Amino acid sequence: MYKLLLCQRYLRTRYIALASIISVTLGVATMIVVNSVMAGFGSEMRDRIQGILSDIIIDTRSMNGEFDPEAKKELIRKLVGKYIVGVTATVEVHAILSFKYGPDYVPHPIMLVGIEPQSKADVGPLADYLQSYQTGERPSSEPLSWELTPTAMEDRVKKAENHRDMQRLRNEARAHREQDDLSMLPLDDELAQDEKEEEEVGKPQAGRLFVGRNLTTFTQDDPQTHQPRTYELIRPGDDVKISTVSAGVPNPVHFEATIVDTFKTGMSEYDSNLVYCNLEYLQFVRDMIRKQDGKDVSAFTSLQIKLKDYKDAPKVMEILRANFPADNYVVKTWEQRQGPLLAAVDVESSILNILLFLIITVAGFGILAIFFMIVVEKTRDIGILKALGASSAGVMSIFLSYGLLLGVVGAGAGVIVGLLFVRYINEIEALISFLTGREVFPETIYYFKDIPTHVEPLTVLWVSCGAVLIAVLASVLPARRAAQLRPVQALRYE
Amino acid sequence: MTTSVSPLVKSATRESISMPPMHVAALAVQKSYRKGEHSVPVLHGVDISVRKGEFLSIIGQSGSGKSTLMHLIGLLDTPDVGEVQLEGQRIDDLPARTRDELRNRVFGFVFQFYHLLPELSLIENVLTPMMIRHSIWNYWTRRREFQDRAKAMIDRVGLGHRMTHKPSELSGGEMQRAAIARALVAQPEILLADEPTGNLDAKIGREIIDLLAQLNENEQLTIIMVTHDKSIAAQAHRTVKLCEGRIEPLSDAA
Repeated sequence: MYKLLLCQRYLRTRYIALASIISVTLGVATMIVVNSVMAGFGSEMRDRIQGILSDIIIDTRSMNGEFDPEAKKELIRKLVGKYIVGVTATVEVHAILSFKYGPDYVPHPIMLVGIEPQSKADVGPLADYLQSYQTGERPSSEPLSWELTPTAMEDRVKKAENHRDMQRLRNEARAHREQDDLSMLPLDDELAQDEKEEEEVGKPQAGRLFVGRNLTTFTQDDPQTHQPRTYELIRPGDDVKISTVSAGVPNPVHFEATIVDTFKTGMSEYDSNLVYCNLEYLQFVRDMIRKQDGKDVSAFTSLQIKLKDYKDAPKVMEILRANFPADNYVVKTWEQRQGPLLAAVDVESSILNILLFLIITVAGFGILAIFFMIVVEKTRDIGILKALGASSAGVMSIFLSYGLLLGVVGAGAGVIVGLLFVRYINEIEALISFLTGREVFPETIYYFKDIPTHVEPLTVLWVSCGAVLIAVLASVLPARRAAQLRPVQALRYE
Repeated sequence: MTTSVSPLVKSATRESISMPPMHVAALAVQKSYRKGEHSVPVLHGVDISVRKGEFLSIIGQSGSGKSTLMHLIGLLDTPDVGEVQLEGQRIDDLPARTRDELRNRVFGFVFQFYHLLPELSLIENVLTPMMIRHSIWNYWTRRREFQDRAKAMIDRVGLGHRMTHKPSELSGGEMQRAAIARALVAQPEILLADEPTGNLDAKIGREIIDLLAQLNENEQLTIIMVTHDKSIAAQAHRTVKLCEGRIEPLSDAA
């Protein structure tokens, strides 16, 4: 009983011990906040990757792909139909997207993915990422399609009219030049091209695209406000050029396509590289359609499968691997496909946890130092207790209990502070941004409007237990020293 | 002096103590302290025995070894040579745990500098030996009994109005009374008082000695008191003088 009483009194009266409590509290709170934010980021990232990739992906080994996706989809439904929500065929190929910006063309390397909107919608929430759905320009009930929005179409028509007016002025200028006997100057290629475009512009190209938001915009500080500002390079309704290779013997393929919409997944890798194209047209330009029994049969390079329950993935994978020979196909879950990225995030998280735990270890050394000081300060009290019959183990347990109490109070306060911080992290971010005049968590960099957080109770538990354990371990040496004091030596201590 | 094995030593319970003529004794004890490389002898083979209910005072100059002798008798330290006996049974070589228990149950200590625990109130200080003796559960279930006993003891030493005061709020005399209450609450057989009046003025010192004498007379409490004041020592039944680590008997009033 005296151990508990003295622990409690030491806690209340030895304010120096508060220093070690504060360091434990801060360490625990920091670990909870960092882990929650990292888990939030991780969870959002996984959701977004899974949203884009679906659950299971069957890739063909050849860039030429395999023929007859409908038959393969039917086979999949037959094999694992009870486990799946939907399946879609895609064509994935590296390409270059170029668009005119000022007088020059700007090229971007991209991953071009041919999709069929209806079945793609079955395997992932692509519509949720499209700007026209996010801004409400298209109602969420409208199915995913390759049609331009009225606004984009209006822009496109306006541009066409402007272009036509410009062309007319040029023609007039040319006529004037001819009159002034300047007709010796040849028409430049650009004018010739413009003449050709005049006939087609206003009507969208046969190739239609959903383009990653980062490919269509750039962000830099506004010289007026000094705040980051996003500028649009191209927008829905604009035409771009795509260069890729054909199936079979790789030959260059160029085609023009109209941007139907832009998407923002929040994953920089996708928003900066990914472009969706209408599947039939991509198959057509890449020469992936052949005649078979009088019918057109197309080829695909990937099959994306959405499961009813992701827990069934191993079972489904096993069945699919048995039926899709490894010579021609690679069957992977989305996690296996993004393995290096997810592994990198896990490693980053582990290293960060180790580093942060060192903070608590430092707090442990603080407890060690302060406890040694308290043991010296309490030498005479230890002597009194021993004179009154307290055993060495009893004296030792006073300081171990004291360490435990400090750890529990420090970790408990840390859990409360950490959880409150996580709960109000966006308000805190707004306050810090207001006070410093600089956005702490700019959406343009992190792709999140709010800081994502996810508190995992198990993480909170192990962080707290770890902190308490460190506090107890740190008090072992001072406690042993206290226990080893001889009563006479302690009583005579000045 | 009996040679039979005392049940007290075996179980260290007050109830099992028999009534031998000699209560506690130090036999040919020698003690040296090491100071750096040098060994400083303090006691040179001291023999002293105290009968049950006896009030013995040990006088001597500073450095004569009287406090060391008392520490050896009270099992706060162990002799280099010789032995300490309780009711004829050697106790200085017992396991540490048993010696701790004997200190809690058989001996009560009063020190010159009171040695109260500053974080605890007066009543909590007085209850400390009971807290040490009993497990948490045992103490908790009997806490009212112990508190009543402690309150009675505090009242007896005249500090009933200071029950919840911290040691820093008490005067020197009050602290020494509190220390006596703490020493007695565990109902010890032997009270060891090391210069109990050494830090008090004459009037308060006299009151403390009167209290000890009263306890000795009424409770048949064996008291060994160390002092350097002959007038204080004269209150005891018997006084022995320690001089340079050797004993010199002065009187035998018992």
